[in-house]
Amino acid sequence: MSLKAFHIVFVIISTLLCVAFGFWAFDARSAGDDTSLLIAGSASLACSVALVVYGVWFLRKLKGVSYL
Amino acid sequence: MSSELLPYTVKPHPVTGVYSGKLGVWLFLASEVMLFGAFFSAYILLKVGAPLEGPAHWPLHSERHMSWMIGGFNTLVLIISSVTMVMAWVSLKSGNFGKARMLLGATVALAVLFLVIKITMEYIPHWRDGLTTNTSNFWGIYYTMTGLHGVHILGGIVVISYFIGPGSKLWHENPEYYTNRIECTGLYWHFVDLVWIFLFPTLYLMS
Repeated sequence: MSLKAFHIVFVIISTLLCVAFGFWAFDARSAGDDTSLLIAGSASLACSVALVVYGVWFLRKLKGVSYL
Repeated sequence: MSSELLPYTVKPHPVTGVYSGKLGVWLFLASEVMLFGAFFSAYILLKVGAPLEGPAHWPLHSERHMSWMIGGFNTLVLIISSVTMVMAWVSLKSGNFGKARMLLGATVALAVLFLVIKITMEYIPHWRDGLTTNTSNFWGIYYTMTGLHGVHILGGIVVISYFIGPGSKLWHENPEYYTNRIECTGLYWHFVDLVWIFLFPTLYLMS
């Protein structure tokens, strides 16, 4: 597996972490009234979207590079 | 000269389909998966077997004195460092050594930032609060896992710094060989960052 393929795997797992952290923050905020959790949750979900966009851009940029 | 002594450092081996360095790194990473896997298993077993009350109980999320903000920020730092690392490799593939060197420098800077935050904002305050490896099983496995990960970060800093400094002369002798070495370093660096991506929710978010 090349660095290109491993990076794609890394981006996918990072995206999943961002989504999970976002929901964790919103869930934790529902128990209290912490504005920082709301900001962190929103930022994390925004990061997950940014990572998906980056992943697609990365794949297009390295179209000619092997996955092996 | 070294590429003459070591076969298949640039071209793929006819049997494996990859150059020897990449095969070696993946074998090394397979052993690393077993190492960290054993610690994650130990974490689960210690947590499941911990008493519900008493001094040896597993601390609740609120009792851990761990900030999700610091852990989350450090996660972001490592994710960005993986991007700079892979971009350095992409720059080398397109022949831009200057840009690659700058991106490798950024990777080292981010790795140092991670360690500085970890030590000054987490380890030292924890030690001051009396939370050491002897406090409980949780703190024992916490320091073991994050410490082992920190040593890997330190190893990455040393290797990347070598390729920015004295190891960079290989670029002028054999650019393809140097690019392959950076790819191997990038594979290692991605693995180290991936370990943190599993450590962060395990230690900071799960109650």
